[in-house]
Amino acid sequence: MKESVFSICGMCSVRCPIRVEVEDGIVKWIEGNPYDPGMAGRLCAKGSAGLAMVYDYERPQNPLIRKGKRGDGEWEKTSWDEALDYISSKLKAIIDEFGGKAVALSDRGGPFRDIHRSFLRAIGSPNYFNHDCTCARNVQHAAISLFGSGRKTFNYDFKNCKHLVLYGRNVFESLRVKAANTIMELLDRGGKLTYIDVRASGTAMKATRFWMVRPGTDYALDLGIIHAVIRDKLYDAEFVNRWVLGFKELETFVAPYTPEWASKETGIPSEEIVAFAHEVARDKPAVIFHPGWMLARYRDSFYSARTSYILNALMGSYETPGGLFFQKGPGDAGKKGLNALLDTIPKPKDKRVDGCGWKYKHFESGPGLLHLLYPAILSEDPYPVKAYIVFRHDPLLALPDPEAQKKALDKLDLIVSIDSNYSETGWYADVLLPSATYLEKSSVIRTGKGLKPQFDIRRQAIEPRNAARPDWWIFKQLADRLGVGEYFRFKDMEEFWKFQLEGTGVALEDFDEKGFVSLADAPIWWDRMKGLKFETRSKKIEFVSSLLEENNIPSFKPYESPKTPGDGTFRLAFGRSPVHTHGQTQNNPVLHEIMPENTLWINATQAEKLGISSGDRVKVTSSDGSHSGIIRANVTEFIHPEVVFMVHGFGRKIPWQTRGYNRGLGDYRFETGLLDVFDPVGGANALLECFVKVEKAK
Amino acid sequence: MSKYYIYQDVKRCIGCFSCESHCKTKNNLPVGPRFCQIIPVGPKLVNNLPRIANIFMPCFHCENPWCVMACPTGAMQKRPKDGIVFVDQALCVGCKSCITACPWGTPQWNPETGKAIKCDYCMDRLDQGLKPACVTKCITQCLHFGDASEKTKTARERFARAIAEL
Repeated sequence: MKESVFSICGMCSVRCPIRVEVEDGIVKWIEGNPYDPGMAGRLCAKGSAGLAMVYDYERPQNPLIRKGKRGDGEWEKTSWDEALDYISSKLKAIIDEFGGKAVALSDRGGPFRDIHRSFLRAIGSPNYFNHDCTCARNVQHAAISLFGSGRKTFNYDFKNCKHLVLYGRNVFESLRVKAANTIMELLDRGGKLTYIDVRASGTAMKATRFWMVRPGTDYALDLGIIHAVIRDKLYDAEFVNRWVLGFKELETFVAPYTPEWASKETGIPSEEIVAFAHEVARDKPAVIFHPGWMLARYRDSFYSARTSYILNALMGSYETPGGLFFQKGPGDAGKKGLNALLDTIPKPKDKRVDGCGWKYKHFESGPGLLHLLYPAILSEDPYPVKAYIVFRHDPLLALPDPEAQKKALDKLDLIVSIDSNYSETGWYADVLLPSATYLEKSSVIRTGKGLKPQFDIRRQAIEPRNAARPDWWIFKQLADRLGVGEYFRFKDMEEFWKFQLEGTGVALEDFDEKGFVSLADAPIWWDRMKGLKFETRSKKIEFVSSLLEENNIPSFKPYESPKTPGDGTFRLAFGRSPVHTHGQTQNNPVLHEIMPENTLWINATQAEKLGISSGDRVKVTSSDGSHSGIIRANVTEFIHPEVVFMVHGFGRKIPWQTRGYNRGLGDYRFETGLLDVFDPVGGANALLECFVKVEKAK
Repeated sequence: MSKYYIYQDVKRCIGCFSCESHCKTKNNLPVGPRFCQIIPVGPKLVNNLPRIANIFMPCFHCENPWCVMACPTGAMQKRPKDGIVFVDQALCVGCKSCITACPWGTPQWNPETGKAIKCDYCMDRLDQGLKPACVTKCITQCLHFGDASEKTKTARERFARAIAEL
């Protein structure tokens, strides 16, 4: 029997809408949802390789309970009942002694969190974390400081943009299918793409201007550009007068940061910076300075994201075609939003263990900051945490310095990993629960904000293979066993969907035709001179931020020059390939074949000094000498001399993943001593404050 | 020559390798054989900008295919109605003559069956009125499938637009 199922991809965090063809219970074909004009069948390499993941025998198949020491890889296969009883008895003992707050949970964020966040809240814990301290936290906090709301307030109208400016936002390799395609249309129309990075990534290969900047100087570059824009009166005065608070203060602050000064910091000639400022201003307001996505890079990344947002304000590019538009939700279309299970459960009274929202008032409390969980576990300050549930997240690979992390994890009484892939953290856990892949489960209905808000749905395409179970089922089982089952009365996802949709005027059948339900007939634009809804206290874009100032944090931070590495040492940068998702796909049969291991990009002049040629085996050593490894060199003139680069996620140490095992190197293992190094204002880890020694291997 | 042609608009190709993954999963291929492949060449500086050439290598479905002539069993053959070159798996004895004969490295070895396999433009999909997997799901739609004569139009139009701007 042939079926067609509308779903949502789960191979990366973009979560593209897909259509799945199933024949006699087997997935035969996956494509981008043809009814979504941005997808129209298109899909990335990972999206198609979802098929290979589902049918791979090297994925977690049964619940496993650890037998040997943590990380030794001695497991006992067990039944679901046994595994769930084991977890709940341990959790019960912890909750009885230390309270529900002693249980922490982390995931990778996203729109499908309602059920597991509800589980955590139901057992009385405020300690929900996600991956964002190694991702977009700095951008998020920069947005909050300016607009009073987070980075997802806006999306980007690439299609009508005339000049797109990207700071290492590698749009053609760190892929979003829809965005990659619309940016290609921008280029086809003769639009400009300025790409700024420490190396020429796949995006640089399409750019109309490429600036190879000195690592860690994006903020300096922004200050130089802002100086030129204000000095030469290139800004949109009408927009700035109407919406900006603190323009004068900005003007005073950037006075010393001339393009000539910025040139010395960044290595970009000052006349090019000035010419760029004039060029970009001619195209305003159809201009986007992308504030970045993964910006857990330096100690001042918050301020580079913030100044990019400021440049958009100077260009008047908010709520205009070709600029950044407000994402509209159901309410903006006159519709009622989805019901959330989380809202039916009383909020825990305890404060977050990481201090977010109370000790650190400028850090949003929502997902907190995971790197601050580790010192809290070690010090038991403000209170002990004894259990950690890791759901489709791999902190040992995502956060820096796995050995430092393990010291804290070793103090825990229970680590549970729930995943459909083996992860480095799962391998170190006490219990490993195989969760169903996205093709084998239904998820909560998602609200898609945008110019035309919509609801869309991930419907289960096939039965879970082996003993894998959907995550909603796992958390419901745990809730029942821990005596909080009253909140989880739904028997299956269909019942849950009906609860979500109650009162919205949308019925479940409405998703049958296309997999989504649009909530507006036409794109919703607000009047950009009268109707912009900024959520700051002043209802304006706060260049001088009330939130920052009242926490004694400067709205404009004096620039500090980044460290220059010594001879034979380099800053270690990492990034993405278009065929791999962070550390999740290295063992995928199809994706592994396309890219089996990573290489070390090294500048040609530096390589010559070290006697290294392309293809040579080179030894990389961490700054404290505790970790080293061998990798093949990719000698190129297209990387800055101060930095070496590798694609993230390789160097896997899980022997059951025979393809990815020990292939290439993992950048995170070289980030020694960086677990507690972070941007003090943005909160995200400063992962690029990592220096390594490189030499030819003997 | 097959009446069909896959035209790669290299200006739109971002080297995402999705065509390879679409092909592998559609044809249920084991690790090893690749019906199509993106070969990145470069980067180098062109007008002071870094540029890479991502060369798409499917089967060209030649008019007088070396592989068909070399095949001793008649397994490698041209489909009469449209010239698509394909392997009849029942007739292939795994002698690899086609692999030796093809100047472009197109025929692939299937280690699981011990036979030669190759790109057939997803002819099962064509027969349903669909396009090959690589073309259908190409992210930037840089791959175009159709009659060879139609595909020169895109290049001409782009060139015309470019000189009109001078």
